[in-house]
Amino acid sequence: MSIEEKEFKPTIVAFCCNWCSYAGADLSGTNRLQYPANVKIIRIPCSCRLNPMFILRAFQRGADGVILCGCHPGDCHYTTGNYYARRRMTILFSMLDYLGIEKGRTRVEWVSAAEGQKFAETMNSFVETITKLGKNHRLEDLRCNKQ
Amino acid sequence: MQQAIIAKAKELLANGSVNRVIGWKKGEFSYDITPDVFTTAEAIDADFVYDDFCGANVSKFLMKISKGEGKTLAFLKPCDSYSFAQLLKEHRIDREKVYVVGIPCDGKADINKIRENGIDGVLSIKEDGSNYVIDTLYGEKTIAKADVYAERCVNCKSKKHVDVDEMLGEEGDVIASNRFEMVEKIEAMSSEEKYEFWKNELSRCIRCNACRNVCPACTCENCVFDNPNSDINNKAAANSFEENMYHIIRAFHVAGRCTDCGECSRVCPQNIPIHLLNRKIIKDVNELYGEYQAGADPDERYPLVNFTYGDCEPSVVYERGGDK
Amino acid sequence: MQRIGVFVCHCGTNIAATVDVKKVSEVLLNEPGVVFATDYQYMCSEAGQNMIKEAIKEHKLTGVVICSCSPRMHEATFRKAVASVGLNPYMLEVANIREQCSWIHKNVEEATEKAIILGRAAIAKVHLNAPLTAGQTPVTKRALVIGGGIAGIQCALDIADAGYQVDIVEKEPTVGGKMTKIDKTFPTLDCSSCILTPKMVDVAQNENITIYSYSEVESVKGFVGNFTVGIKRKARYVKEDICTGCGLCTEKCPQKKVPNDYNLGLDNKRAIYIPFAQAVPKVATIDADYCTMLKTGKCGVCSKVCTAGAIDYTQKDEIIEENYGAIVVATGYNPIKLDAYEEFGYSQSPDVVTSLEFERLMSASGPNGGHLVRPSDHTEPKTIVFVQCVGSRSTTECGKPYCSKICCMYTCKHAMLCREKYPDTEVYVFYIDVRTPGKNYDEFYRRAVEEYNVHYIKGMVGKVAPENGKLKVQASDLLNNEQLHIDADMVVLAAAIEPDKSARPLATLLTASMDTNDFFTEAHAKLRPVESPTAGVFLAGCAQGPKDIPETVTQAGACASKVIGLLAKDHLVGNPCVAHPDEMMCNGCSTCANVCPYGAITYENKDYSRRKDGTMIRRVAQVNPAVCQGCGCCTVACPSGAMDLYGFSTKQIVAEVDAICR
Repeated sequence: MSIEEKEFKPTIVAFCCNWCSYAGADLSGTNRLQYPANVKIIRIPCSCRLNPMFILRAFQRGADGVILCGCHPGDCHYTTGNYYARRRMTILFSMLDYLGIEKGRTRVEWVSAAEGQKFAETMNSFVETITKLGKNHRLEDLRCNKQ
Repeated sequence: MQQAIIAKAKELLANGSVNRVIGWKKGEFSYDITPDVFTTAEAIDADFVYDDFCGANVSKFLMKISKGEGKTLAFLKPCDSYSFAQLLKEHRIDREKVYVVGIPCDGKADINKIRENGIDGVLSIKEDGSNYVIDTLYGEKTIAKADVYAERCVNCKSKKHVDVDEMLGEEGDVIASNRFEMVEKIEAMSSEEKYEFWKNELSRCIRCNACRNVCPACTCENCVFDNPNSDINNKAAANSFEENMYHIIRAFHVAGRCTDCGECSRVCPQNIPIHLLNRKIIKDVNELYGEYQAGADPDERYPLVNFTYGDCEPSVVYERGGDK
Repeated sequence: MQRIGVFVCHCGTNIAATVDVKKVSEVLLNEPGVVFATDYQYMCSEAGQNMIKEAIKEHKLTGVVICSCSPRMHEATFRKAVASVGLNPYMLEVANIREQCSWIHKNVEEATEKAIILGRAAIAKVHLNAPLTAGQTPVTKRALVIGGGIAGIQCALDIADAGYQVDIVEKEPTVGGKMTKIDKTFPTLDCSSCILTPKMVDVAQNENITIYSYSEVESVKGFVGNFTVGIKRKARYVKEDICTGCGLCTEKCPQKKVPNDYNLGLDNKRAIYIPFAQAVPKVATIDADYCTMLKTGKCGVCSKVCTAGAIDYTQKDEIIEENYGAIVVATGYNPIKLDAYEEFGYSQSPDVVTSLEFERLMSASGPNGGHLVRPSDHTEPKTIVFVQCVGSRSTTECGKPYCSKICCMYTCKHAMLCREKYPDTEVYVFYIDVRTPGKNYDEFYRRAVEEYNVHYIKGMVGKVAPENGKLKVQASDLLNNEQLHIDADMVVLAAAIEPDKSARPLATLLTASMDTNDFFTEAHAKLRPVESPTAGVFLAGCAQGPKDIPETVTQAGACASKVIGLLAKDHLVGNPCVAHPDEMMCNGCSTCANVCPYGAITYENKDYSRRKDGTMIRRVAQVNPAVCQGCGCCTVACPSGAMDLYGFSTKQIVAEVDAICR
């Protein structure tokens, strides 16, 4: 592994639904479960609020990985939101894969308000995956490059 | 067929059951035929054509025309009728104001394929049984029809119409096609190969918006790419990101509503196989959520506004195709 | 440009120990639009709140960003504080730098950098915030209870007691539900009718309660506080207000071969009937499937004998509309059909019965006047085998995955009653587990075993075969590890219970959610157990899940208190973070309405004039802000991006993304 890769700190955006996953993230804080600081959370009311466009936007602006966390299927605060989100994300991820974007840059994980542990574990493993994948070159907008 | 269509159009215009006819009008060359509206028998006699170059899908024009006064006669090929039915489902066309005559289609020719076969300087094209006799600057050439059918016609999915008031000629059947063959080929590529394949294709995009403008599923009052408040509006793709983004969002917006009529690829001046993006989504939907054909069933909810409790998880896409 | 104030909280050392709060406030002061930034030990304290209020006044702030603990913790506190000095509460955003920053990171430099980024995202969002005001809708002070069993009755009585009007819609000709069919109740063994019928009478006599018996809910429109419900009053061919319930017609009717559903088909009734003596309302009903007059036009005996002149063969189904503020679903349960359990011989021998049928056979109001005899030959059974968990806790296709909850206790009751009334009867109970949580329940079970000598055997019955008037029972005794062969006279199957078939179509009408077993889902399994996620819809009894009578009554009472709480309000204040369409961009394609779980979106045809198209009528979406709960599903489904969500608008979220990825 080269030095450069070692120092690579990916930018990761996590969209969390207000009712389950955001609370799960809070719980992992309350339990002092560590995960890397490059994960930044954006609160949305429900996983179904996540427009695929937001994911593309994040990649454009320099994100290296985007993860969506929502209530477990069946537990959606709005009863059905995450079912729609699940289909949308499946189709989107498949499309990104088809266009040759590396597998694994996007992920969906269902995290309940009680799963602080799972939230931290998920974030740790996602950061690890993205760090291995390296910088997102295939879906970035060079004009938005920080350097 | 042209005679029958013209006779039908003139008959319905004459007895007053329709006020106008939407069909195809002669162009400068025999292969550049465009859709047009005819209101008199004279105009029809003068310009109306129907032949193997009338590939254009006229269903989208009915959206605006049906908002006006009176009734419109539309001749729809099987492909077009799916688009028409999908538009009805979205409340975009007033069904009462359209009289639909279904016309059979044996496939349409693609001028680019004629050129690919080394026939340039085309002056006029005549049908002769299963061949085209082409008069060119360099003399007369003959080519088999089957060799120059458009890709979408080679992989035709249905010769059957949906929702017509009347049929001219024989109604066909839904047919098994190999339309996903190319999608499968791309799916089997490695991530790098896919990326290179699409970079090569999409980098040619000049953002002329023809694919969007012709698409019968792209019917928004105000397209997100034209809307300064959408945060994704742009007029020309500045770099590979914007090329990608435009095509991903376009494909996503018509996901579940695209009938696979193939108009996007037909009109692309850069010959980008845009339909391969739409077909990928259609194939995914078929495989993951069950067979679905947009426009076929007026009551069925389309896949992205539907779900089942046991749907697959998004991670499933990482376990399929190419490098895992 | 907004004038934004940033307030960074130390939270004692909770934040300050890992985040350089001074630096955060200094850096954020340089963000565009930020005119004031400070840090303080405890922002949520009174002093901290006062600091915010003072700054709003002094610096004429139009937006506030608090960098502190999770918004789930103190967003409401801070919103209240800013509202008290006249700033719209929705002009405030919280950057979560405790739970999602200081508590999970150890490196001060990293944590500080992240806190700054989170602060920037919040600032970027506040720039795009707009003042929001929650809408108000009036509340119709009348409740509808669907289902007139013990759950519905108790709930209606409690609501009526608080002074509100309640209507009960019951699909059967009488209220009372399953409890009318039960003989005795566990664990006290008091008679079911004796405790139920006084309540039925109370319901009938209560001025605030209207009973629509033999009626069904046909349509539901509207939303919390303002439902309009269409109720189908099925034709009973008897004028309800004239019939005195004398019962003469039911004795004279010549059509005697009508299966009596009150006794679960174990005996017959007449084509005109009153279900049982204590029925409420005590009014006769004609079963149109069997009435000779209605079928052939010849007979008319009931009409001739009715001195009140209540019979009306021309009656038609009638639909009435009523307005309600709240709806209670109390549609109850039924035992499952046992067709798929051929091994127990249910369809092969009349002496294999379900527990509810057994209940009728034991009941004084049952087909044999309470004398327990075999349905086949009317002899007293000497050996009875009870089989528990028939279809419950089953992973097979035909069974139910859940525990039906009541079977252990009623089987115990049945066994005990048999031994008490007919001491020479041998009683076997085959069980997988005996579950007796509940006050005095385990004592009851132990009495059955210890005092009444009921043979409890852990194991399952494998086969019941009718042979020479006996039922050959093959079973395994798991504790002694042996096969048992019992010659039984009767076999009683504790069939699993399932929600009534009317529940699913009703859920669709109400846009209420259900689980895969067709039980209504509650808004929160623990904290909101009697409310449906659909506002204004409440749940009582077995419609929500299997439960026994005490639990049902408890839940019905809880449900009533929630309904009363709603009806006591004159107005409902909505959540202002709702969806709203840009009508100029809307295609009217119905995509948004398809995904809306609340039915909040409708369409209107409106005239629009635009320079390029002239005037035209367009179909555009309308959102009812009183119904919308703000999930935002429609905003993504909309192909043209015409739908947006207040409080979480596309622009706001994009601004946050940009700030984070910057």
